[in-house]
Amino acid sequence: MSASLTIHEASPSALGLRRFITDRTSLGCVAIVLVAGLAALFASAIAPHDPADADLMRRLQPPVWQAGGDWSYPLGCDGLGRDMLSRLVFGARVSLGVGFGVVLVSSVIGTLLGMLAGFARSAINAVLSRVADVLLGFPYLVFAIGLMGMMGPGLGNIVITLVLKEWVVAFRVARGETLGAREQDYVEAARALGCPSWRIMCGEILPNILSPVLVVATIRMAHVIIMESSLSFLGLGVQPPSVSWGGMVADGREFLAEGWWVATLPGLAILVVVLAINLASQGAREAFDPRLHR
Amino acid sequence: MTIRVLQRVLQLIPVLLATIMIVFAMTTATPGDPIQIMLGDQRATPEQVAALRHDMGLDLPLAERFVSFVWRALHGDFGRSFFHRRPVLDVIADRLPATIELALAATVLALGIGIPLGLLAGVRRGRPTDRAASISALVGVSMPGFWLGLLLMLLFSVMLHWFPVSGRTGYGDEPAAVTHLLLIDSVLSGRPAAFADALRHLALPAITLALPMAAVLMRVTRASVIDVLRADYVLFARAKGLSRRRVLLLHVLKNALAPAVSVAALEIGALLGGNMIVETIFAWPGVGRLVVEAIFARNYPLVQAVVLLYAVVFVLLNSLADLLYGVLNPRITA
Repeated sequence: MSASLTIHEASPSALGLRRFITDRTSLGCVAIVLVAGLAALFASAIAPHDPADADLMRRLQPPVWQAGGDWSYPLGCDGLGRDMLSRLVFGARVSLGVGFGVVLVSSVIGTLLGMLAGFARSAINAVLSRVADVLLGFPYLVFAIGLMGMMGPGLGNIVITLVLKEWVVAFRVARGETLGAREQDYVEAARALGCPSWRIMCGEILPNILSPVLVVATIRMAHVIIMESSLSFLGLGVQPPSVSWGGMVADGREFLAEGWWVATLPGLAILVVVLAINLASQGAREAFDPRLHR
Repeated sequence: MTIRVLQRVLQLIPVLLATIMIVFAMTTATPGDPIQIMLGDQRATPEQVAALRHDMGLDLPLAERFVSFVWRALHGDFGRSFFHRRPVLDVIADRLPATIELALAATVLALGIGIPLGLLAGVRRGRPTDRAASISALVGVSMPGFWLGLLLMLLFSVMLHWFPVSGRTGYGDEPAAVTHLLLIDSVLSGRPAAFADALRHLALPAITLALPMAAVLMRVTRASVIDVLRADYVLFARAKGLSRRRVLLLHVLKNALAPAVSVAALEIGALLGGNMIVETIFAWPGVGRLVVEAIFARNYPLVQAVVLLYAVVFVLLNSLADLLYGVLNPRITA
């Protein structure tokens, strides 16, 4: 009887996942984003007060750790006496919602167009690539501020503006990956078997280009959140009574001297969420990159 | 080299036309009648409305409007600012020096902070210096610029009173205008007090604009230094007996700089957008603040002109960076 030798060969993605979830920083960052996401989803259940409930008696009431603070308004109140905590919770809706929504829509549009351009390599490719180049050559915030300035503020217009600029990122990734994938043997084989083009694209190419598209999408979400908050800060974003973190920072500008927390806390919320997304996606890239773990 | 420059200039033509097209497309995105929106509550006779409509070319069919827009843009004619009662270009020209001064100061600061830090972090990879620099850079790219500006204002203006809260100068009498850049003009006219005042006003907005850019530059420089340090020619230079310092200065710095330059040019795009926000926060009398005011005043011709100006500047700077990249890295000649 010979001793049997068993080798547990885990798949690269399982190994990557194991590396990712054993990394404490990445895990902590994912937790932060999840908490913020849950707060956004269940804002009405979590927020202790109505975010629009103003009472000038509570005007600029400081946070609980400062003299004059009160546990019923733990993070204090803003210049109109509205509860900061509740406003932060509701603000997460706009920031994360726009971030997630814009990246989702742009990734779908960009990936489909990118696959089409990369696979067809004809006039479609030439036209789409030129359009993408020109859009990419337009400074991001200048484009967003200019277009929002023309269309006027509002949630819908923000999403349209950012998607118009953002799809290019997914487009370029998907197009590049498709150009590489279409030369592979499995695509050749599918074509030899007589598969129609759309089935090759959806069935063979899409699964193979999905992970780079997803990685880029997570990083872009951080960027989109900053863009949305910048537009809202300038007053071009969502309009009251909707709450956004960028708009809250703008509200706090007049009270820098008397109430530092009004402008500081929502900015801190943006920083923490964006930093968490950036760190988590950096961790994911390192965990899933086989070249780093030979 | 001359051929490369010429090629580059020729390539610019379609890009610039496309840029004008995007800006034109933006202007058609206004909901409703722009004339009515611009007039707002002001009373105007139908004749005045018609005259304004004609003046802005809104009475023409779309295709003709586009051709006339391109034609006028190429001639620097962006119409009149309804609000200022002057040609748009004049209004912009008045505000331009302040913006240029701020942008130059921020770029110099960002290069001065980002590149040496990136070099240091790359050379000391994995050590505490690197870790501290890398974490600061990550925070720098994750921080919204408007919030950084307000924090700096809160700390250094409101609490410490080191710097003024806003504006470009505290003096009524500015130094004789030669370059229109206050820092340089005050030196030229030999007025140290005016120089110090201009510098104190410039400090916070410039730092606010510079830090995020420095963070990006630091990361790029660090990555390319790490790359270059692995290269064979660096090993060869060391084996030849060159001192570490000489290798760093002669070989590593030059080769690691090329990616930093192209990223710096791309970052100018972020700087142009950021400048609209920073100028608004610090009440800096430049073009960025002008365009934000114009948006709220529904002064569409002005918004249009500034957006086009910024986009064109960005395209030109990118081409310049491409050429510079070729000089720094002669292997890239294609």
